Amino acid sequence: MTIAESEAERLIRLSEQVVTAPSHRRARVSWLTALVYLLLSLGAVVMIVPFVWMVLTSFKPGTELIDFAFLPKNPTLENYRLVLTTSSFGRWYLNSLFVATVSTLTVAFFDSLVGYTFNKFEFPGKTIIFLGILATLMIPTEMLIIPWYNMSVQLGWHQGAMQYWGIVFPGVITAVGIFLMRQFFDGVPNELLDAARIDGMNEFGIFWRIAMPLVKPAVAALCIFNFIGNWNAYLWPLIIASSRQFYTLPVGLSFFRGESTTQWEKIMTGASLATIPLLIVFILFQRQIIKGIALTGIKG
Amino acid sequence: MKLTLRRRQILWAYTFLAVSLVFFVVIRWYPTILAFNISFRDWNVFQNSGPWIGLQNYQDIWDDLFKQRSAVRAAFFNTFRYVIIGVPVQLMLGLMVAMLLNSIVRAAGFFRAAYFIPYVTSLVAVAFVWNWLYAPQSGLINQILLALGLPMQGFTKSPQQALYSITAVAIWASLGFTIIIFLAGLQQIPDIYYEAAQIDGAGRWQMFWRITLPLLNPVIVYLSVLQTIAFLRMFDLVRNMSDQGQGGPLNSSTTVVLEVYKEGFGSYNMGYAAALTVLLFFVILLITIFQLRVLQRRVEY
Repeated sequence: MTIAESEAERLIRLSEQVVTAPSHRRARVSWLTALVYLLLSLGAVVMIVPFVWMVLTSFKPGTELIDFAFLPKNPTLENYRLVLTTSSFGRWYLNSLFVATVSTLTVAFFDSLVGYTFNKFEFPGKTIIFLGILATLMIPTEMLIIPWYNMSVQLGWHQGAMQYWGIVFPGVITAVGIFLMRQFFDGVPNELLDAARIDGMNEFGIFWRIAMPLVKPAVAALCIFNFIGNWNAYLWPLIIASSRQFYTLPVGLSFFRGESTTQWEKIMTGASLATIPLLIVFILFQRQIIKGIALTGIKG
Repeated sequence: MKLTLRRRQILWAYTFLAVSLVFFVVIRWYPTILAFNISFRDWNVFQNSGPWIGLQNYQDIWDDLFKQRSAVRAAFFNTFRYVIIGVPVQLMLGLMVAMLLNSIVRAAGFFRAAYFIPYVTSLVAVAFVWNWLYAPQSGLINQILLALGLPMQGFTKSPQQALYSITAVAIWASLGFTIIIFLAGLQQIPDIYYEAAQIDGAGRWQMFWRITLPLLNPVIVYLSVLQTIAFLRMFDLVRNMSDQGQGGPLNSSTTVVLEVYKEGFGSYNMGYAAALTVLLFFVILLITIFQLRVLQRRVEY
């Protein structure tokens, strides 16, 4: 490692290694390689079979569940039709999509802006403010839910359409994202920003049109994590969403159980519906997600 | 001219920070102080106030710790169990799989993805998938046990097995994360160490104990702290895998956070619930400080 290499560059290089094939060191005895593949395959079966079982169950008519056949004999979409028409699943879908999208957009904007400010500006109180933001990472969400609920009740954020805001507000800006973006703006050369200043561009324009395009991959990673995190968030939405129409998918799903006790084919249909969009996101962005995890160890 | 430029920069900086400063003060710092405040009161959420009762809520928690049938007592003991079982098993499995993954070239991407999928899935969905797998009689696992001529098990329905059954799912769900962090750590170890050791005639086992493990030390500390905190905060799975989401049967799977939820939002006993979260905060703080101290002592090889 050279001294000139910045921390951000080093991290990016290391995370890159995780998704590229490892460089090969020693020639291996073939039976050992076979054993490695066997063990990994056994593990992979344990990881994947629950999902396969979930999807297969969702295609089975209720009467087939006791037959215990792996594949459905008469595959049907009836469960999907019933779940989507008789419960509020469709609504919950839209709620989750809306909530996750809004918080992802605000996080992408504010975390980048604040990270950029901490990286590129000198101003009085900089260290104190930065530490003040960083320190909030040590406060577990569990300690904040009671005060948040209390504040929401005072302000009416637990009723009507304000519930959307109630669900979203704790996550519109994140300390982790600010910290991450601050590091990534290291890669943007100051000379470039100065050149734009000389051309008379205002500071916001410099941030938005010069600096932001240069950190697009980092912003993309931040967005993906935030989206996944908010899509899956459970504890806070469970507390603040008091009426059925405002449930997010995980909250709806958890109450769904009570409504269709032992109707496993319906529950698995709900679980499949909640899981499939994320599986698609994961398959599309697999490399970025794994790189991002290796890079920061964050999840939403 | 220079001075005005500097002033302008300061002004821009504060303009850029304004919204976020308000956010962190109002949505993070103020509620933190409020949580402490509520924990010293007999709080009524709908009146937004409550009489100051000093340490009474903490005293109540202390008393509950000695009551045999108390759910809070069970929650503390269970949470401790989740941590001491979950963290070591998670780390050992994660390191094993990471080392296996690190030694292959073909299909590495496929395996990495396979192990990682549960981590991006909603824990509520995960809970239901496993409820179905664990289901008495008709569940896949009991059917397999039956086919093998083994006795069927209660899993989450059994007071003896519920905690272990849920721990297994928690490990399953976040194993992918542990694997990826270990992989990143393994790839930071320069090949020359292994090459040198090989020349000196070291075996695989020796290389593992003398090179891999010591050099992974910072990663191990980082992961054990992160996972300890994650297990201390167990909620989603327990809420959706135990009977009626109450942490049963017989409080055998309940956790501190589930009790916070039940006390705070089931019985509206906010002061008591806030006191529980303050205790949780201090435990997490101590663990974080411990991590910072250990990591600062890190030696360069």
